[in-house]
Amino acid sequence: MSIELKMPALSPTMEEGTLAKWLVKVGDEVKSGDILAEIETDKATMEFEAVDEGRITEILVAEGTDEVKVGTVIALIVGENDAAGDAKAKPEAAAPVVEEASEQQATAAVAPKSEKAPASLKIEPDVPAGTELVRTTVREALRDAMAEEMRADDRIFVMGEEVAEYQGAYKVTQGLLEEFGGRRVIDTPITEYGFAGVGTGAAMGGLRPIIEFMTFNFAMQAIDHIINSAAKTNYMSGGQMRCPIVFRGPNGAASRVGAQHSQNYAPWYASVPGLVVIAPYSAADAKGLLKAAIRSEDPVVFLENELLYGQSFDVPKLDDYVLPIGKANVVREGTDVTLVSYSIGVGVALDAAAELSAQGIEAEVVDLRTLRPLDTDTVLKSLAKTNRLVCVEEGWPVCSVSSEIMAVVMEHGFDDLDAPVLRVTNEDVPLPYAANLEKLALIRVADVVEAAKKVTYR
Amino acid sequence: MAKPSTSKRAPEQAAAAQPATPNRERPPEPKRHVADKAELLEYYRQMLLIRRFEERAGQLYGLGLIGGFCHLYIGQEAVAVGLQSALEIGKDSVITGYRDHGHMLAYGIDPKVIMAELTGRQAGISKGKGGSMHMFSVEHRFYGGHGIVGAQVSLGTGLAFKHKYSNDGGVCLAYFGDGATNQGQVYESFNMAELWKLPIIYVIENNQYAMGTSVNRSSAEDQLYKRGESFRIPGIQVDGMDVLAVRGAAATALEWVRAGKGPILLELKTYRYRGHSMSDPAKYRSRDEVQAVRDKSDPIEAVKRELAAVGVSEAEIKKIDNDIKAIVVEAADFAEQSPEPDASELYTDVLVETY
Repeated sequence: MSIELKMPALSPTMEEGTLAKWLVKVGDEVKSGDILAEIETDKATMEFEAVDEGRITEILVAEGTDEVKVGTVIALIVGENDAAGDAKAKPEAAAPVVEEASEQQATAAVAPKSEKAPASLKIEPDVPAGTELVRTTVREALRDAMAEEMRADDRIFVMGEEVAEYQGAYKVTQGLLEEFGGRRVIDTPITEYGFAGVGTGAAMGGLRPIIEFMTFNFAMQAIDHIINSAAKTNYMSGGQMRCPIVFRGPNGAASRVGAQHSQNYAPWYASVPGLVVIAPYSAADAKGLLKAAIRSEDPVVFLENELLYGQSFDVPKLDDYVLPIGKANVVREGTDVTLVSYSIGVGVALDAAAELSAQGIEAEVVDLRTLRPLDTDTVLKSLAKTNRLVCVEEGWPVCSVSSEIMAVVMEHGFDDLDAPVLRVTNEDVPLPYAANLEKLALIRVADVVEAAKKVTYR
Repeated sequence: MAKPSTSKRAPEQAAAAQPATPNRERPPEPKRHVADKAELLEYYRQMLLIRRFEERAGQLYGLGLIGGFCHLYIGQEAVAVGLQSALEIGKDSVITGYRDHGHMLAYGIDPKVIMAELTGRQAGISKGKGGSMHMFSVEHRFYGGHGIVGAQVSLGTGLAFKHKYSNDGGVCLAYFGDGATNQGQVYESFNMAELWKLPIIYVIENNQYAMGTSVNRSSAEDQLYKRGESFRIPGIQVDGMDVLAVRGAAATALEWVRAGKGPILLELKTYRYRGHSMSDPAKYRSRDEVQAVRDKSDPIEAVKRELAAVGVSEAEIKKIDNDIKAIVVEAADFAEQSPEPDASELYTDVLVETY
């Protein structure tokens, strides 16, 4: 009986990859531990090892094939004791397929599929007409932003765990070591509190550090320096001592990584005077706002999202694409209801808007982009147009950014409301691991659709 | 012995091999500084300024003119003066915790703006918005003034990173107390500083009490100068009540660090005469203990004796005393009479830029 070899998932968020190279050919005998192939994910090139012993009978996906879905059968082997040529798979080999499929569904609950990532996002109005748009992943956009700014200003350096020689745990700093060298791209020990403090001190001394946290979950160890040292010093010194630093890294839920690696810290940082907090959705915003963050004289918390790193968006091809901090963006115009969101929630809101449109409800989607200072004008202006508002947030409900938007709307937009404001957030529980429970805990398009229908009384 | 094998070593040989011989370069034992008359007079002047300034601050606190937490430096004057007199103001950087008045005065920062900060006035060095624990002078490269115990150690390591990155020849002097030596980030910083050979002098001001807890009640290794050794940071214990011993240690430390050999740790054994802060009744130690230190080891009295030995007259000393008194009175008057910040200052300096 043949054993099916399937395209493996090599990271929690991998959905597909490139089969870069076969290291075996039909007829080869393989044993457990042999390297069969090299597979490129969006983050790295990985070696695919044999688990079973046997002879390769068929190679089903040629080397160099892109976008091979996780779970695709890529080769067949036959064990020593089995009769050759039986094309049927072992029944038990089917089990992982189900698991992988449900994992993809869990991911898809939040992450828009790459091909579905909206090309139609409204580009900034002040981008000159006819500017070439280049499909770019969020990951590349962030890297480009850092590289462009580092070329222009020697005071800027990047510091964090695995940012240099490993090329970034999520490959965001790929190529920076090669271009800028070890003086400016610095691997640290696993020591968040320490290197957050070192970066903050260097900023006080006059440099412009970019401090990468492998995830913001780990920044909890460093939050003292972000808040007590970086955010408060300018005020406490009467404006004498600045702290121009960017703390950046992925934030929020990834996929199946459990409660300790899945929290959205946006509301925590957004509550602190003295910080600027940015949480972009698209690659264009990631680039334009990271450049602005690096240039800012203020400490900036820049919240990225792992599930968005591999998503592609149109980015204007300009020498210096910088966006204003503190400005929300209406990414979809509509007349019936306003959906307010940020980061990965914007994708959910846009998917919901598409579904609502099919049902005759035109939703306007506001991407907050900056969470502190909050662009309440854009939110209130949209509310004045639609008279109904739903907050969409991949995070907990209590004391959330949604809570703040609801308070602002109640205080300043009460007369424009034709229905109570609703919020669609994650469930109020630590994020569970089980695929089905994780899916239940995260925000879903269907819930946004339902909330929008409720406030429009449909 | 060429072979490292120890398997058949006799027990008496193992015992004989016990004292750890340095397996790497170490700084030499510091020599007590030999100061000329002018230097001694300057040390005396600076230490007395700190003493009188702090006494006056204590008074103003009692009168309700200074609020909140106010940590006095009385008794520890030789540390800041001895160390900072060896630095180059504007090139080297200094950072400390919340007991920061003395370090600022030792760096020549105007006593008036320090006292006005203590009273929370517009003319204060932080416009009255920082207070006793949060004062800075970027011009002097004095970087605070930090209220979270141990934070200045990581921040100071960052300042040292800046010195190295910019190749500006500067060294960071990062002060912390015996209490801070039990904070985790101190060791995170030690590790990076040695790994990257950063130009930093870590200064433990061991005044023997972390608020009310004595060193041996809080520290498994109470010889604090050893605390950097497992990171290969050499440590030196210094008599922090003797300004000349401190100055000598500063020279040794600076030579080590400026030569690119990485960080060094100084433990300054000192003593604070007052409570941890103004609101501390200091019941954890006896009056006799404090009095004994005052009588036997007072750093200012020690300099006075040095001055007498080089032939400085009582009259000369008296004149300095009077000058210092006048400076402190002027600072206190300024701090009392300056207006409080305008209400509009509430919303300034939160962010630098407008978004």
